[in-house]
Amino acid sequence: MLGTTVILAFRAINRHKLRSFLTTLGIIIGVAAVVTMVTLGNGATAAVREQISSLGANVLQLRPGQGFGRGGGGPRPPDFKERDLTAIENQLTGVRAVAPVVQSSGTAIYEGNNWSTTVYGTTSAYSEVQSWKVADGRLFLSEEEEAGKSVCIIGNTVRTNLFQGAEPVGQRMRIKGVSCQVVGVLATRGQGGFGDQDDVVVMPIKFVQRRFTGDRDISQIMVAVDDAYDTSTVQASLEELMRERRKIKDGQEDNFNVFDTKQISDTLTGTTTILTQIVGAVAAISLLVGGIGIMNIMLVSVTERTREIGIRLAIGAVAREVLMQFLVEAIVLSCLGGLIGLFLALIASVAIAPLMQVPFLFDVKVNAIAFLFSAAIGVVFGYFPARRAAALNPIDALRHE
Amino acid sequence: MAPDPIMSSPIISLRGVTKVYGEGPTAFQALKGVDLDIQQGDFVAVMGPSGSGKSTTMNILGCLDVPSGGTYLFKGHHVETLDRDQRALLRRRYLGFVFQGFNLLSRTTALENVELPLLYRGEDKKLRYEMGMAALDKVGLKDWWDHTPAELSGGQQQRVAIARAIVTQPDVLVADEPTGNLDSQRSIEIMELLTDLNKNSGITVLMVTHEPDMAAFARTIVHFRDGLVESIEAGVAA
Ligand SMILES: Nc1ncnc2c1ncn2[C@@H]1O[C@H](COP(=O)(O)OP(=O)(O)OP(=O)(O)O)[C@@H](O)[C@H]1O
Ligand SMILES: [Mg+2]
Repeated sequence: MLGTTVILAFRAINRHKLRSFLTTLGIIIGVAAVVTMVTLGNGATAAVREQISSLGANVLQLRPGQGFGRGGGGPRPPDFKERDLTAIENQLTGVRAVAPVVQSSGTAIYEGNNWSTTVYGTTSAYSEVQSWKVADGRLFLSEEEEAGKSVCIIGNTVRTNLFQGAEPVGQRMRIKGVSCQVVGVLATRGQGGFGDQDDVVVMPIKFVQRRFTGDRDISQIMVAVDDAYDTSTVQASLEELMRERRKIKDGQEDNFNVFDTKQISDTLTGTTTILTQIVGAVAAISLLVGGIGIMNIMLVSVTERTREIGIRLAIGAVAREVLMQFLVEAIVLSCLGGLIGLFLALIASVAIAPLMQVPFLFDVKVNAIAFLFSAAIGVVFGYFPARRAAALNPIDALRHE
Repeated sequence: MAPDPIMSSPIISLRGVTKVYGEGPTAFQALKGVDLDIQQGDFVAVMGPSGSGKSTTMNILGCLDVPSGGTYLFKGHHVETLDRDQRALLRRRYLGFVFQGFNLLSRTTALENVELPLLYRGEDKKLRYEMGMAALDKVGLKDWWDHTPAELSGGQQQRVAIARAIVTQPDVLVADEPTGNLDSQRSIEIMELLTDLNKNSGITVLMVTHEPDMAAFARTIVHFRDGLVESIEAGVAA
């Protein structure tokens, strides 16, 4: 009997192609919207997570001042010193690696090519903290670091713009007017949420301090937390240590801040997840409206096809068969709409994801739920019109004009 | 051939059948106690003035409706005691219908229209096709099987409707003014078709008509007046 009703449903849909299409349009748009939004939202969340994890997992960033930047007026909080670094290394438990950072911007020159970039002065520990890899060449040797030699590791953007295809390792280039030898090229890290992470020149910190910043201050200390330790515990003891070292009295505010990259990651992904949910919910409402659209058309269809129902009843269809026919028709319509919607969502997501610079992630669960939901809409909104059709009296139905 | 009471009990037997439409002060008694026996294989024409209860009686005979009072015995079933679905199954098994307004499914080919009752019987595709084409052949429309009602003349549409009614090889064909919408030439063709089905396929035909010319094809003519059977006479064809 189900076979019969499915045949009849497909015939009825086939007989009114345009109307069937318009009926399902609501479902098509609804499903396409929900799935596209959620797919792109998931992609955005993944992208944010990816960018943050490129900062290094479980890394605490210690900076002077409160929050990002150094605040407006007032005396500038002091930078850190090398002994702060040693203190952190020696007194703090749960630390995997500690790297000092000083920053300076300037122009790099190689054979007449100019490229303005950022110079990071740090130690080899930086590669451990940030899990940076050297694609070509090598890291700094310890004697180069000790002596603050003029050697550098360049990011891929610098390589492309400065060397333009030439092999940079072993070459000498000029940075901020000083000659330096390229010993390595960093593995590509890509476009992050914090600018182009390949547009860097990394040099031994002692060299940068001596030649560029002119003092022995350290503007930032990166602390990698051992996986076996809880980041927030380490963060607390780091804050404790720094308050002590910077002689901050109880009740007085910190003149430094510690950022937990994981915390930033959680906050940002949390935000994108909530956004995804909100947009998804709005789209789900449009799906519901689509369902009401199906019910509306099915009701119209029952009225319009009263005589047809009369014929079927006269021929010997039992009430259940008429009910099933209209119900199956609604379900087939909504399922077809759901499938078309999923297909459109697939196309839209694949097309839009690159524009938004987020990865396309096909989520089987989201697709399955959206499809089942559209089928459920067919059942729920098809039932009422179907029951009305089945309850018709054959004689009245036949007489219907 | 006059009905032979010894040979068989009637296929249809109405006793004191009444039908009241509506309730309370607006209630209208359309049938006031109809007694009627119809023998298997008969060709009955039902005549009478407008509003005399012909269609009401046909609807009850066709198990589309139930009497308000009295008994209706159809092939041994007390129809007045059956529910909707049980009556639907009786129609599916034993009855075929032809209406004044043809009542074919629009945008549906002649063959699909004719196959429809077989679909509800759960017959498979091959059998549906064979029986559908055989029925269309019987009404002379084999070559028109893929035409939709809009592409057929009134007479052709009515013949498709007859094919649909007989495709299940019913015992009884109920036709309420089958020629009401047709010109006299087309009407005579339909009557000849019904006569053929009655004679050669043994189908009992119950037909409402206003036209004596059409009633002339019947073996028995039943006259209705004011919700009662006024008289029963042998037809010209008897
Ligand atoms: N569903 C209904 N509700 C109320 N009254 C009805 C209904 N159907 C029929 N009647 C009334 O019952 C009476 C008999 O109707 P019926 O249709 O049986 O007449 P008929 O003999 O077929 O007439 P006609 O030759 O015009 O078709 C009429 O007076 C009609 O108005
Ligand atoms: Mg009538």
